[in-house]
Amino acid sequence: MLMVQNLKKSFDGFIATNGVSFSIQKGELVSIIGPNGAGKTTLFNLITGHIPPDEGMVNFKGIDTTHMPSYRICRLGMGRSFQRTNIFPRLTVFQNIQAALLAHKGKSLTFFKPVESFFREESLDILSRVGLKDFADTISGSLSYGFQKQLELGIALASEPELLLLDEPTAGMSAQETHQTIDLIGRITREKGLTLLFTEHDMEVVFSISQRILVLHQGRLIAEGTPAEVRHNPEVQKVYLGETR
Amino acid sequence: MTKQNLALLILIFLLALLPLTESRFYIFLGTDILIMGLFAVSLNLLLGYTGLVSFGQAAFFGIGAYTCALLMKKASVAFPFAFIAAGISGALGALIIGFFCIRLTKIYFSMLTLAFSQIVWAIVFKWNSLTGGDTGLIGINFPQFLDSSTRFYYFTLGIVVVSLFLTRKVVDSPFGRILTTIRENPERTEFIGINVKLFQLIAFMISGAFAAISGALFGIFNHSLFPDLLYWPQSAEVLIMCLLGGMYSFFGPLVGAGIILYLRMFVTSYTQYWPLIMGTILALLLFFFPGGVVGFLKTRRIFSRGAR
Amino acid sequence: MPDLSFLLIQCLSGLTYAMFLFLIASGLSLIFGILRVLNFAHGSLYMLGAYLSYFFASQFVNVPGQFWWAALFAPISVAIIGGFIEKLFLSRLYVREELNQLLFTYALVFIISDLAKIIWGTGQLSVSRPAILKGAIPVLGQYFPEYNIFVIFLGLGIAILFWLVLTLTRWGRIIRAAALDREMLGSLGINVNWLFTIVFVIGSWLAGLGGTLVAPIAVIVPGMDVEIIISAFIVVVVGGLGSFWGTLLGAIILGQVTSFGILVLPRLSMVFIYILMTVVLILRPWGLLGKPLRR
Repeated sequence: MLMVQNLKKSFDGFIATNGVSFSIQKGELVSIIGPNGAGKTTLFNLITGHIPPDEGMVNFKGIDTTHMPSYRICRLGMGRSFQRTNIFPRLTVFQNIQAALLAHKGKSLTFFKPVESFFREESLDILSRVGLKDFADTISGSLSYGFQKQLELGIALASEPELLLLDEPTAGMSAQETHQTIDLIGRITREKGLTLLFTEHDMEVVFSISQRILVLHQGRLIAEGTPAEVRHNPEVQKVYLGETR
Repeated sequence: MTKQNLALLILIFLLALLPLTESRFYIFLGTDILIMGLFAVSLNLLLGYTGLVSFGQAAFFGIGAYTCALLMKKASVAFPFAFIAAGISGALGALIIGFFCIRLTKIYFSMLTLAFSQIVWAIVFKWNSLTGGDTGLIGINFPQFLDSSTRFYYFTLGIVVVSLFLTRKVVDSPFGRILTTIRENPERTEFIGINVKLFQLIAFMISGAFAAISGALFGIFNHSLFPDLLYWPQSAEVLIMCLLGGMYSFFGPLVGAGIILYLRMFVTSYTQYWPLIMGTILALLLFFFPGGVVGFLKTRRIFSRGAR
Repeated sequence: MPDLSFLLIQCLSGLTYAMFLFLIASGLSLIFGILRVLNFAHGSLYMLGAYLSYFFASQFVNVPGQFWWAALFAPISVAIIGGFIEKLFLSRLYVREELNQLLFTYALVFIISDLAKIIWGTGQLSVSRPAILKGAIPVLGQYFPEYNIFVIFLGLGIAILFWLVLTLTRWGRIIRAAALDREMLGSLGINVNWLFTIVFVIGSWLAGLGGTLVAPIAVIVPGMDVEIIISAFIVVVVGGLGSFWGTLLGAIILGQVTSFGILVLPRLSMVFIYILMTVVLILRPWGLLGKPLRR
């Protein structure tokens, strides 16, 4: 489904990504871990086309997407959530999802029909799936952080992705919220047969639901394997020495 | 028929009755407000809806004004064709200028719009033989079938109502909704599968076309054109109108235009220091009424609804 | 082929103009770099500097060194005014979106411009050159005003002084750090609010100085604020918003382009500076020596 080869990216002399290669099969649940500054978000940005790599290649569903603009990559079937919440604050929760549907279903260039009538049911459907149906008419910017993250998941899902990239989906959440979010993600992933690639700091989450873990450190992939393999990998232990679980 | 649409129809009806007051003053002011109102709404398509702060909207206003006037005066083109040509020239100008400007973001975008509009100004200013340069283009007459202030007022009213109707349709459509998501979060919009630059460019062109139409109307209304129509304070003034009226509402800019023009007429009859008043109003607005007049009214209505 | 002395005189004229541009633009660039505010009113502060130098010059009418007293007090007065504006008004808008701050500075342009008209009228005023700089120096057979040479040297001197302050002193380093990352600075225990005020005050002082120095060689008249601010924008765009040497480079370039442009292509010279600005923005928006703004 996704293949990344020898990706390199540096900013003003600082090497953020240093020759990363890996591949992900359809239906896998893979997580990327690594200390802060390891380059996880940069890697995501490279895969999703937000920034172009200096070297290397990204291949999604058999197509070379290395230098494709983000919106095209999204249309191919990649979805993404962002580290800082990325919603449309002044729009209502409903409008947020509806906008994503408008884009996905190719209705965005309609000029003369009123927008209210479009995709009402589908939007509400997605909202119930992420547990936000009651908030449909709330201004999304006024939601609590946890709910905003759920909304973000909803927006990502509205594009009916095959591969979902989640950048720290449980960042800043309490234990209970984390649990709920992970349940939700797990459920949706199974229901829709999604392939999931996510980054996380919460090790409990990572080890509980990942099928495979990639460990990033200073822009390089230093380990790869099942949770058990990674846990016992001496390099990984060295890198995480002193970090609390 | 919704309450709002009914209110609008009543307003249009009242505006249509304006010439019955037989007051040259009110007809003049009314035409001015309608023209500048359309100009302001065209800018707000970029500013309030798409989140693009353009400092160069006056360029399209001027392009429309000069295109229409020059075609009529120098090429003896009939008014309807000149008028349509003005709209098209605005859209084309916006296509060219917008193509370059949207590649930049935020402050750089704004500065590039300013730079381009200054280029257009400088060209109009210097090309004496064509535009009359500093001495202006004078003697622009009413077209034959609109040869009175009253008739021209009705024509303007008609054009502006139709233009606003079309703009409203666009703004309420899926396209318009995507523009607001671009305003809110261009990065996120890109990743729901939207070619953000394309949408921004289209918005730019629509905005340019309507600005040009309002410019064309202005040229005839004013019977003369001078390059300072395109100088950057003109762009700033229309920006202030949008802000004053409320940039997150459709009719806000119209309200803003009405207030500014009325105030200007009122103040200038007492003192020459209108800029001081306008500057102070703008400052007060920024500090106390960030949502503009319409924004302020909306919050009060919500407040009173909650208190019920 | 125009003779060498003529070219040199044009070059020196361009350099003189460049120094004024540099004084204004460096303040503008500094304020933008640290406060992220594009100060439309910077030209107004320049104009105030000119008007205030007229005011102070008339206070010291029979005192020896009349011009120098004005040159001392006028920029300081403008700096104080700038401080008031920032502390009392502008700082309250920092929490809002950037557009609000921009529009406030624009409102100031109107307000200051009319206040100047109320106080000093709409006529043209002038200040006489200081006695010791009234002459002209022979340059390859032509004559070039001593005062302009003074301005050139003073401008370069201030540029070097500021560069030394920015690179060698603690405050200089703080300012440069602030340009890169404001939030960090707050967590380092530095009072960011006062830093902003100080930066605005310094920028205002520079603008005021520009106005003071231009008073003897140009007419003090309403409209000089609007005229200079656009040129200042072009300078910072070409040189690079927030880059010190870029501003100097941009000022020199614009000075020479203006000076020679009038000779070479008089009809197009006005268009040319805007085209320059446009081309730079299209090809290299962060200017010749600037760095791309952080996303």
